[in-house]
Amino acid sequence: MSKKIDQQQVKQVAKLARLDLDDSEVAKFSTELSSILEYIEKLGELDTDGVEPLAHCLPVNNVFREDKPRPSLSNEQALKNAPERVDKFFMVPKILDDNSNS
Amino acid sequence: MANEILNLTCKQLRDQIADGTVKSTKAVEAVFAQIEKAEPKIKAFLRTHKEEAMQKAADIDEKIANGDKVGSLAGVPIAVKDNICTSFSKTTCASKILEDFEAPYDAHVIEQLNAADAIIIGKCNLDEFAMGSSTENSGLQQTVNPWDADRVPGGSSGGSAAAVAGRMAFGSLGSDTGGSIRQPASFCGVVGLKPTYGRVSRYGLVAYGSSLDQIGPFTRNVEDAALMMNVIAGHDGRDSTSVTEKDAPVPDYTADIDKPIEGLKIGIVPRFNEGASDEVGKAVKASLDTYKSLGAEIVEIDMPYFDYAVATYYVIATAEASSNLARFDGVHYGHRTADPHDYVEVYSKSRDEAFGDEVKRRIMLGTYALSSGYYDAYYLKASKVRNLIRQDYTKAFEKVDCIMMPVSPTTAFKFGEKTDDPMQMYLADIYTIAANLAGVPGISVPCGFDSQNLPVGLQIFTPAFSEERLLRIARMYEKENDHNIVMPPLAK
Repeated sequence: MSKKIDQQQVKQVAKLARLDLDDSEVAKFSTELSSILEYIEKLGELDTDGVEPLAHCLPVNNVFREDKPRPSLSNEQALKNAPERVDKFFMVPKILDDNSNS
Repeated sequence: MANEILNLTCKQLRDQIADGTVKSTKAVEAVFAQIEKAEPKIKAFLRTHKEEAMQKAADIDEKIANGDKVGSLAGVPIAVKDNICTSFSKTTCASKILEDFEAPYDAHVIEQLNAADAIIIGKCNLDEFAMGSSTENSGLQQTVNPWDADRVPGGSSGGSAAAVAGRMAFGSLGSDTGGSIRQPASFCGVVGLKPTYGRVSRYGLVAYGSSLDQIGPFTRNVEDAALMMNVIAGHDGRDSTSVTEKDAPVPDYTADIDKPIEGLKIGIVPRFNEGASDEVGKAVKASLDTYKSLGAEIVEIDMPYFDYAVATYYVIATAEASSNLARFDGVHYGHRTADPHDYVEVYSKSRDEAFGDEVKRRIMLGTYALSSGYYDAYYLKASKVRNLIRQDYTKAFEKVDCIMMPVSPTTAFKFGEKTDDPMQMYLADIYTIAANLAGVPGISVPCGFDSQNLPVGLQIFTPAFSEERLLRIARMYEKENDHNIVMPPLAK
């Protein structure tokens, strides 16, 4: 485990997390996350060889329901909170430019 | 009359509405008069719905007058944490990213409250996306502790706790991921119950840490918590982690609530009491003496892995949060940045502009813990330690019927006292977090006051799906004390 998370790593994690942090945020989070990770290091004191990981505190099984159609949200309900829409669609900036051959 | 109504418990009010002694409309009027008086000081609510509440109360009164059958909370004003979806109002999670979000459906627990004919009067403030221990992380407003305006109400369900303590609702719902019901209940001097994971459907609860989150009630006494549990507990096919009746039947939690547990064996870990402030430790020891006087036996136990719960939690909860909060992308709902250059900016600028610092911090920590190269060292390691923490409880419950300890090391702290040091804030949850990792139920019961007249909470745990026993044990103590009937200064 690495105790310190430097500013470059913070920028990389922010990119993965889709957070457009400014420089002051990067500096602040680098200090804070390092301090939290240092605390988390204490888990390394424990010998967990042979211990099963526990992702869930209940015995989790697949839950199936009958495969039959049910009512769903209407188009209007689904679009009700859209920040931008056109007709029956969510609107986002263009992903491919006009010259793309894809 | 209004004050007489406000001093009633949920059960007393429900019974008096049912027999016609009190009209539900009068109860709603009394609550809104109290909101007018106390809410400007406390700021527990993000929104209230007086008109709709009055209309529903009038309908309930009419049904009762006509002799029609009504539900078990008929006419009782209830508040709801604003991370629980309601079709009739916004659901903001106290975040700027969802400031204008209107859910297209009701959460399961809202359907259950409606089926029980409860009156939902408003939505309560919280730490943004339920991330925090003081409600200072709310992106929308600051709730204060009804016992002292300079102090936090606890978190993340600070608004729900303060609403009940401030006599502005007879009960409320919160959510508990690492102590977010029990700790604010303790800070505000009310009862707060985190049910067993899987006992109450999470359908319609905006997810933070999906394997830890659980909805539960705040009330002024234990009997009311049982009454609320009767309404919200049970299987829901829309939540794949909701436990079926076959696997864990739901009893009537109120039926035997007043029957003490014979030969009760209470497990304590002495160093936990010693780790709390003198005054918290003293109040908890005094409550153990009360149990001893009722014939209970105190048994010293050890929970060696408990000390690793905070570290484990902040890996697992943040990993789950980083995944759950990926849905806030500025496309389908929520805040979107103005004039983005490309689709990546829609995501990254929208999220940066609208999430608060604590949410960003947890998303970053979770993303880091799950990232390639660190997964084994953090997430996998924490998942293994989680198993060891669960074993702590399993082994303890082989020797004792319940475990008791403080809820929090201190009483309510002052605004700003821990905000500069996230790690200090996280350690405030040291006694509550392990129960979420293990999935067991826990309750906070008022057990006295410190020298500054701030409430102290006693925390009790029992094995999974034994809420009936948990409530009976809590009730044994409550019947010997009257801490829960004192009105906080800001409610007056």
